[in-house]
Amino acid sequence: MTTPSIPPMGQRDKLLQMSNVDKVFNGNVVALSDLNLTVNQGDFISLLGPSGCGKSTALRLISGLMRQTSGQITWEGGTNSGDIGVVFQEPTLMPWATVEQNVWLPHRLRGKSLFEVRDQILWALKMVGLEKFQKSYPRELSGGMKMRVSIARALVTEPRLILMDEPFAALDEITRHKLNNDLLMLRDKLKCTVIFVTHSVFESVFLSDRIVVMAARPGRVSSEVTVDAPYPRTEEFRTSAGYADLCRKASDALHGAMNEHGERASA
Amino acid sequence: MSDVVNVSSAPIVDEEELRHARAQKIEKIAKWVLPALMLALAIFAWDRIVVVNEIPHYILPRPGLVIETLIQDWSILSSALWVTVKITLMALGVAVVGGVGLAILFTQSRYFEMSFYPFAVILQVTPVVAIAPLIFIYVDNRLAGLLLCAWIVAFFPILSNTTLGLNSTDHNLRDLYKIYGATRWQRLRYLQLPSALPYFLGGLRIAGGLALIGAVVSEYVAGTGGIGSGLAFRILEAGYRLNIPRMFAALLLIAATGVVIFTAASLLSHALLHKWHESAIKRET
Repeated sequence: MTTPSIPPMGQRDKLLQMSNVDKVFNGNVVALSDLNLTVNQGDFISLLGPSGCGKSTALRLISGLMRQTSGQITWEGGTNSGDIGVVFQEPTLMPWATVEQNVWLPHRLRGKSLFEVRDQILWALKMVGLEKFQKSYPRELSGGMKMRVSIARALVTEPRLILMDEPFAALDEITRHKLNNDLLMLRDKLKCTVIFVTHSVFESVFLSDRIVVMAARPGRVSSEVTVDAPYPRTEEFRTSAGYADLCRKASDALHGAMNEHGERASA
Repeated sequence: MSDVVNVSSAPIVDEEELRHARAQKIEKIAKWVLPALMLALAIFAWDRIVVVNEIPHYILPRPGLVIETLIQDWSILSSALWVTVKITLMALGVAVVGGVGLAILFTQSRYFEMSFYPFAVILQVTPVVAIAPLIFIYVDNRLAGLLLCAWIVAFFPILSNTTLGLNSTDHNLRDLYKIYGATRWQRLRYLQLPSALPYFLGGLRIAGGLALIGAVVSEYVAGTGGIGSGLAFRILEAGYRLNIPRMFAALLLIAATGVVIFTAASLLSHALLHKWHESAIKRET
């Protein structure tokens, strides 16, 4: 089964629209102010910004863990609980459950037995290269492998959107690069849509086709950098001059965002 | 640097490794031998002290006499032991059901917890010897009274430990359950109960000992003799008759019961946790 490749940017169907979204905590802490973001099918979007810019808040709003104070978040064609896959900064696995049982979780919560979804679980584990570790317990795996299980769990429902909240930040650089490469391979295979929160300029440039740069106090979109380098991106891309240029561009945008001093907050 | 690398294919074992391995081997043996040896020495010393000082057996019997009495009085002591064990295990069972049940109710509703937690604390901090006389006034059935006393002592560690466990689930996992639309029951069944298991088992180990203490103490207070008396009553009775060897024999049985309960709880804990929980995993280094 080969799905058609991801169309170029500008020709993708809309998946999700956030318009004029505000989030205020405790009545006075503005976490997000007037956030506008269109997510298209097949986008790999990085949310890049300093801490406190509301990246994680934006993810929590999209995942439905929080409700926005004002503004709209609309899904094309509505949404249900299997539409979103989530990967956190920690692998967030249940230590008492085997790898297989951990990946079963999203289906289990929808009332499906392990037997019913055995093929899907195996498929998801194959996607991350862990099909031989079905019966292992999380403690028997390395940090990178645990993260792969976490990714498999996010994939197993074949979600329309995968949210990743700094998933590789706690890993060593070699493992992180490996997982970056594998994530792009997965994305190429599955044509999935990803929103990836990071504070690494290099990671965001390597992975995404759109970098949404956010500024803090209040959290808002500062600018967007388009990464027009073609996929598949390999280790050569990581050391190319084009990559360095793009990193500089993204880095400039990030510094721009950090120097903005919340004009809109005072307005 | 490469010229100092040892290329021999035989396993390389340096001096430190050898010492480490030897120390481990010794420790493994000492773990069993040392306590047994010390216990034997203590009993031997006890025996010597009695013989050398010519202490009469109605003050301090020799260990051999205690064992002899245990065998001679076995028909009396065994039925008493059975009564005590029965009350202890029943109290522990009710404590598990009550403690876990209350803990689940507490975590399902904050308001329920706010309302009833003070009662649990009051029951826990009031010494059972102080409440027991009242209980035996209000409760006609002697067995029910004993059970109630033992339960009051035993249920609190299970309640507080299990509540703590149910509330210490990973917050990211809780978020994940919410995103996937888990019901309250699913969250309890698949997430909170497994998270609480190590805490519960810790509480069970404490509660096992406390149930025995509760059973013995409440029988001291209840005091009525005759058929259906436990070890505590036999100790009191033997004390009045200055039958000190029998007191020691009964005491020995109580201590042995406590050890058996503790060991059983520890084995259960190991069986349930050894695959995944830090507390039960042996480190390689």
